[in-house]
Amino acid sequence: MILTDRLRSIGAGVRLWFTPARVREEGTTPDYRFSLANERTFLAWLRTGLALVGGGFAVDQFLPRLHDVLRVTFTVVLLVGGALCAVRAVNHWVRCERAMRRGEDLPASRFPAVLAVAVGLLAAAMVVLVAVGWTR
Amino acid sequence: MAGSPRRDEPSRDQPRRDQPCPDQPCPGRDPGLQPERTRLAWRRTTLSCTAVAILAGRQVVQHHAPGPVVVVAVALVLLVWIAFMAAAHVRMRAMCDSRPPVLSARTALALVACTCALAALGAAILV
Repeated sequence: MILTDRLRSIGAGVRLWFTPARVREEGTTPDYRFSLANERTFLAWLRTGLALVGGGFAVDQFLPRLHDVLRVTFTVVLLVGGALCAVRAVNHWVRCERAMRRGEDLPASRFPAVLAVAVGLLAAAMVVLVAVGWTR
Repeated sequence: MAGSPRRDEPSRDQPRRDQPCPDQPCPGRDPGLQPERTRLAWRRTTLSCTAVAILAGRQVVQHHAPGPVVVVAVALVLLVWIAFMAAAHVRMRAMCDSRPPVLSARTALALVACTCALAALGAAILV
């Protein structure tokens, strides 16, 4: 029951990305400066995603002596993380834009905390692996 | 001749047409320079995308005998990069306005699709 509600809300959220006109029908247009700030936040998240994708490319290319399984695992985790970051960027941007139009509070999110912990763990694991030299 | 103004140079009182206000700040200009800051944020984002594309290109250049999958994937990365630059360029042109319109969801989705495509192509290069 909770799961179906959750899936339905995710579906509604995804529909919102593709029907921006519906967002524009609601509420009043906020000050253009707030919209631009929201746009810059979107771009910052997009850059975070691009940086993770670039990190994936870098692990693949610059750690050739790392064990194959580990190298592929790190690369795939970084690439998937980058794609997730990008998708989250547009989702958060649409939801913030809608909240500003409605005059509501901006949506809270635990994504930044999760990402921070994940990147920290990944970096620590990478340091240990490269320092220990678990290579072929 | 160095000190005297040339004849075809516009005088101070009559601003040139293509630069409506050379000395005075534009009347509609936001004092917080929000459009400029947003344009620079776009520029940073295109630079990030370029860095990823260059890393992908390095894969082909460094490889002794790149397979067809890698070559095709890197060619597609180049196409994605061009699409990214085009979308960003259109939006950066809109930033010349002192009151730019809200970012269109289509542009935002296009950029996210480009980023996801880069991740997918990265995985294809890996295999």
